[in-house]
Amino acid sequence: MLHTVNKSPFQNSTLESCLRFVRPGDALLLLEDGVIAAAAGTAKSGLIEGALKKNLSVYAIDADLKARGLTTLTKGVQVTDYAGFVDLVEKFTMHAWL
Amino acid sequence: MKLAVLIYEGPYNHEASDSAYNFIQAALAKGHEIRGIFFYHDGVYNVTKLMEPPQDDRHIANRWSELGAKGIDIVVCIAAAKRRGIVDDVLVPNVRISGLGQLTMMAIEAERLVSFGD
Amino acid sequence: MAGDVKKIMFTVRKPPHGSIYVYEGLEVKLIMAAYDADISVVFLDDGVYAMKAGQDTSKLGIKGFEKTYGVLVDYEISKVFVDRQSMEERGLTEEDLLVIGEDEETEEPVRPKMIDSAEIAAMMAEQHNILCF
Repeated sequence: MLHTVNKSPFQNSTLESCLRFVRPGDALLLLEDGVIAAAAGTAKSGLIEGALKKNLSVYAIDADLKARGLTTLTKGVQVTDYAGFVDLVEKFTMHAWL
Repeated sequence: MKLAVLIYEGPYNHEASDSAYNFIQAALAKGHEIRGIFFYHDGVYNVTKLMEPPQDDRHIANRWSELGAKGIDIVVCIAAAKRRGIVDDVLVPNVRISGLGQLTMMAIEAERLVSFGD
Repeated sequence: MAGDVKKIMFTVRKPPHGSIYVYEGLEVKLIMAAYDADISVVFLDDGVYAMKAGQDTSKLGIKGFEKTYGVLVDYEISKVFVDRQSMEERGLTEEDLLVIGEDEETEEPVRPKMIDSAEIAAMMAEQHNILCF
């Protein structure tokens, strides 16, 4: 499955909650404020580091990263664009964690 | 692939509308079919012709109208619209007001329903 | 294709009354139930508060939806679940949940079923489409 998260982990527990329901082989796409979770060296970076260790593919939308000036990302996070988002939707059924 | 898009949030206030638009453009560029776009909750404000953004900003309603002109079915939920004072008279061209049955058909007929909201 | 009934799941993650998401989400469920779809509803995170008995919105001056959720089974929506961990984190038990109808045969009150996140994740993976309200 593809899970999309659009909230900062500093704002609420959406990402933590999503990570309780992911299964090995799933993909997580961070977009909008959700990309803040991809930043390296923050108090919340451990969430994505942990997810990557559990065989989850993690993607973040480049337009949202750039807009927020986020350039130093947790190693293993794959930067993608809307075309990449479409490819993920084609590959997986999805749940938007709104 | 046949895709449908559901949008919950109003324009400018939230990024959802922009993300949805960018996603749809990318999907069309890849040759996917957009079965429909459905506006719900405050999303119904996306397609009013009363909006007048500054000239150097994107015109969100016109963007949707242009997609509608390409033949994509753009539906505004009637129950959500009535509650918020959105009626036929204030809509941009190439979008229509209809019921939640339309969202149901999109959810059933589209291979993927992609939601954007808060 | 006849007989190919699509599985549609609703997830409810937001608390009730602070925004219109839960209320308008309920309207979608009631309409969709009239169509040929295999519907399930899962309440998780603060969404479990939408299933809490004893909601009284009269002082807010808003309609509320406890009565409508109270007859979900009449709308033929009977696959209704709450996430166990979300309930436990909030100090809620099955007895705190509202009744969503009565069993057709036994006439016993029906409440949402509490299940684990692994079961929910497995159900999610089986869906044709999922809507989150």
